[in-house]
Amino acid sequence: MEYVSPEGLRLDGRRPMEMRQLRAEIGTVAKANGSAVFEMGNTKVIAAVYGPREVQNRSQQINDQALVRCEYSMANFSTGDRMRKPKGDRRSTEISLVIRQTMEACILTHLMPRSQIDIFVQVLQADGGTRSACINAATLALADAGIPMRDIVTSCSAGYLNSTPLLDLNYIEDSAGGPDVTVGILPKLDKVTLLQMDAKLPVDIFENVMGLAIEGCKAIANYIREVLLENTKQLEYRRGL
Amino acid sequence: MEGRLANSWRLTVNDKNFIKTALLSEIRIDGRKPFEFRKISIKFGREDGSSEVQLGQTRVMGMVTAQLVQPYRDRPKEGILSIFTEFSPMADPSFEPGRPGELAVELGRIVDRGLRESRAVDTESLCILAGKFVWAIRIDLHILDNGGNLVDAANIAALAALLTFRRPECSLGGEDGQEVIVHPPEIREPLPLTVHHLPIAISFGFFSNESILVIDPTHNEEAVMGGRMTTTVNANGDICAIQKSGGEGVPRRVIMQCLQLATSKAASITKQIKDAVEVFNTERALRKIKRHPTSTGDDVREKQN
Repeated sequence: MEYVSPEGLRLDGRRPMEMRQLRAEIGTVAKANGSAVFEMGNTKVIAAVYGPREVQNRSQQINDQALVRCEYSMANFSTGDRMRKPKGDRRSTEISLVIRQTMEACILTHLMPRSQIDIFVQVLQADGGTRSACINAATLALADAGIPMRDIVTSCSAGYLNSTPLLDLNYIEDSAGGPDVTVGILPKLDKVTLLQMDAKLPVDIFENVMGLAIEGCKAIANYIREVLLENTKQLEYRRGL
Repeated sequence: MEGRLANSWRLTVNDKNFIKTALLSEIRIDGRKPFEFRKISIKFGREDGSSEVQLGQTRVMGMVTAQLVQPYRDRPKEGILSIFTEFSPMADPSFEPGRPGELAVELGRIVDRGLRESRAVDTESLCILAGKFVWAIRIDLHILDNGGNLVDAANIAALAALLTFRRPECSLGGEDGQEVIVHPPEIREPLPLTVHHLPIAISFGFFSNESILVIDPTHNEEAVMGGRMTTTVNANGDICAIQKSGGEGVPRRVIMQCLQLATSKAASITKQIKDAVEVFNTERALRKIKRHPTSTGDDVREKQN
């Protein structure tokens, strides 16, 4: 199948290095300490953060840092084929683990000993790149909850189809079976914290694709910063300062 | 959640500091250099498709079995490859019996991604009758002892087991040619799987201070390190999978350095696996030959010369 037309356009009309439209909204779950909705094109993810609060299960308490927990789930209506997926299947367990470890790396856990932070992410619409969208949403929700962090984490994916590196794959491109590189970076420190990749790729091409994904992460970081700044301004305005 | 901290609890603060300080001067507690792999030994069971890999103190057993099943509806012409992991509490006190924990799931997924997404095993040749019967290959990975770096050991065990596995030959028969006849191994020689390339998983550990990098971290180093990255590469220099799930951030340059190191290590590990399999295959072939006490193989070789 042709994923990049001779004119250099992708199936959804984007150019190879073009990202889907981003949209973010902060404060979408009233009860949570922090929450956000993050959209990348048709992928839509909601995240809620509770904490820092007292550890629910005492045996899990850590005496010198906060306990971070994360649960990833996909809504039944998020994909085209509507089927009841068992909770805690292998894929979602792995993604939960990945998101938890990624967020743990940027949260200053040593400032909140003997406490617990819960991150819940749910995919409302799945159209490729759910893992990236979840991490971006979780970052926004953590920032909204006012949890101290080293840096924001942003994530983006890139692939390689029809010998062209493509940024931010959608579902059709993702299920084409080509390589898929998901990167998560700490933009200020310029360090890669999350890196997942599958399918076969030579080293030099991989470097290009990873570079493209990192560029995508940086663009998302700029957008997230803008959103957070705007949100803070509004909070300030509401307070009447 | 389980087992996440059990590992770091067992080490005292002094022990951890000792490992860290030693690493600063490029000394590892087991006397290795930062980029040195532990000794790998691969053993095979008497039956086809079973292997036991020992990597330092880590021991993993791999077992491959096959079954005729109906294929997935969206892929009627492809066989099925699935990986199951078993973390026995015997191997490490932090492993809990019952449902596979997060670690077990992650390990299974890494091995699975390396083997399946890179199409290392030819699944199309496992099809007997499109839409009706395909072979489902099941790889069971049992962790027998946890001495650190389970992923790499499990991956080697899976590969070794796959390479020695043989499935019974079958043919179509019956009146309409739709009946599958499975030939017992005594009648027709079982067939090996088609394995295109060997994706070798190689893990790196990152430590929080001054970007120290080690290959093949041991159990104790795993308790101290801030992040890990598993790269799955083959001897041709292709990258088949990478997993770095959070943890300590590393610059891009270090990742490329890791990939280069991994590619060179993969070549030597591939050779080790192939050699071990070769020895097994020769033994297997010799076992078949029924010798008469009078005839010796030496005569024939002399005549050829």
